[in-house]
Amino acid sequence: MTDSKSNPVTRRYLLLATSGVAAVGVVGAAVPFVQSWTPSAKARALGAPIKVDISKLEPGEILGPIPAWRGQPVFVIHRTQAALEILEKEVDDLADPLSKKSTQPDYAVNGWRSVRPEIGVYLGLCTHLGCSPKYEPKVQPEPFDSSWKGGFFCPCHGSKFDLAGRVEKNLPAPTNLIVPPHRYETDSVIVIGEDMEIA
Amino acid sequence: MTESTNRSGFISRCQAWIDARFPWTDTLDRHATKYYAPRNFNFWYVFGALAFFVLILQLVTGVWLTMSYEPTGEGAFGSIEYTMREVSFGWLIRYLHSTGASAFFVVVYIHMFRGFAYGSYRSPRELIWLIGMGIYLVLMAEGFFGYLLPWGNMSYWGAQVIVSLVGAIPFFGPDLMEWVRGDFVMSEITLNRFFALHVFALPGALVVLVFVHIVALHHVGSNNPDGIEIKAKKNEKGVPLDGIPFHPYYTVHDFFAIVVFLIIFCAVVFYAPEMFGYFIEKPNFEIANPLKTPEHIAPVWYYTPFYAMLRAATFPLFGVDAKFWGLVVMAGAILIPAALPWLDKSPVRSIRYKGRISKFMLGMLVTSFIVLGYLGTIPPSPFATFVAQVGTMLYFSYFLLMPWYTRREKTKAEPERVTG
Repeated sequence: MTDSKSNPVTRRYLLLATSGVAAVGVVGAAVPFVQSWTPSAKARALGAPIKVDISKLEPGEILGPIPAWRGQPVFVIHRTQAALEILEKEVDDLADPLSKKSTQPDYAVNGWRSVRPEIGVYLGLCTHLGCSPKYEPKVQPEPFDSSWKGGFFCPCHGSKFDLAGRVEKNLPAPTNLIVPPHRYETDSVIVIGEDMEIA
Repeated sequence: MTESTNRSGFISRCQAWIDARFPWTDTLDRHATKYYAPRNFNFWYVFGALAFFVLILQLVTGVWLTMSYEPTGEGAFGSIEYTMREVSFGWLIRYLHSTGASAFFVVVYIHMFRGFAYGSYRSPRELIWLIGMGIYLVLMAEGFFGYLLPWGNMSYWGAQVIVSLVGAIPFFGPDLMEWVRGDFVMSEITLNRFFALHVFALPGALVVLVFVHIVALHHVGSNNPDGIEIKAKKNEKGVPLDGIPFHPYYTVHDFFAIVVFLIIFCAVVFYAPEMFGYFIEKPNFEIANPLKTPEHIAPVWYYTPFYAMLRAATFPLFGVDAKFWGLVVMAGAILIPAALPWLDKSPVRSIRYKGRISKFMLGMLVTSFIVLGYLGTIPPSPFATFVAQVGTMLYFSYFLLMPWYTRREKTKAEPERVTG
């Protein structure tokens, strides 16, 4: 400096500029630390699709929870004819009967939320806080619902889903159970984790 | 300093040597022998010291536990069993730590209640209060991360539920959830990072926060049950007339409290370390099973009031679903005490001189907190949910109506000097 008197404006400007550059540096340095928390290559590789044989699944029964899609529990259910009739009629109490807000592949946007009406494939995790709901298929009064029509009940926070995984109104779970991507390799083998090719 | 200069022994020479290089005597004076605390502290004032004692207990037992713990999906559960059955006194160290966690929350909740009752958060102690809230939040996180480590089934699903809370944040939620877990489900990857946070990052934060909490307290001076400022009346030496050096008077008090505390604490450690499923829940004696949710998930007792409030939000509002509101209500309930210094408009600090409405509201707050705490431990039912909704309203009304009722009510005159 040629002038012995400092210039306060220049000083302030330099301070701001230095702080600005330092802040950019801090943000940049934080990136690897933040990124380090995302799923590792190993975790991603374990999310490969798996095959499920449903040849022995009788009407009214459930296969699962099986660790299928990215290690998450999956329910495969075989619905009875009576259950399908209930699904068609009992839609007034549902929060999202047409699955507009819910997560499912396009081929599962229908009245029974599956490819085949009798076979349903659902992620066995409540859309509220991720507990695994219990399969209660019988039409009978239950401690949690005196006019139970069959479906899934989450013991954690009391959310109720019908046999198509559709959630009832005014309960903590906001959306229907997730339908994972799946396709039929043969009539009795489902591949969970792969989308159906639309012919 | 006259006393120490008269002594010329080895110890005082050592002291002088240190004091020339480090403010040792100065620090002791500032924080103990010449820290003037009000002379009227009562029963409720021992819980800060007890919290400090439990912190040390947790740090020491925690270090010992890591010596036989294995933070892997396959090894974690087994290593806890190993600690319990094969490590000499491993059972004792583990039960001291698990019971210590609950004891920590017992003393911290009472310590906070003391602040509520005597207006310890009021100016100029707002910052002490806010740092204290920070300690409370870190403590909750610490308890949560620690609970996953035994890798029991309740550990697993409890953590799954709490991590899923993050998923309720609109737009970013699902990605954020994956980021926290580091996987698509709770897994060993999650366990590893929770271990790192529990044994390293958060204890460090806790120690730093406790340190600044005490530094801030000793800077402005302690409040007291009368809620009046003892610094307002000083003698000619500048010592508050109602003050007494913290050491030895209150150090002896606090040591006595620690002895009484240890008698009760050890009774629990030796005779009821699981506290009938309230401290260590039954499903946690079973290894984590990602496919099977326990019949009934409840968090450990110290979170249940907030958990009950989370569950009480069952209806959508303004087009946003109930799940998000549950998160908002819970986060709001945890954070709202931080606003107390600015909500309390009463001309007096202490509940002793506040009016009837304040007394009623404080009683109601404590009652609703306890009732909510109970409701959070039982399975959901329409009636329980209704009671929880009422309880949530009452809990929030203590805070949100405070500017109104503290201004309106008739207060008693504060005394000139501390009483009793």
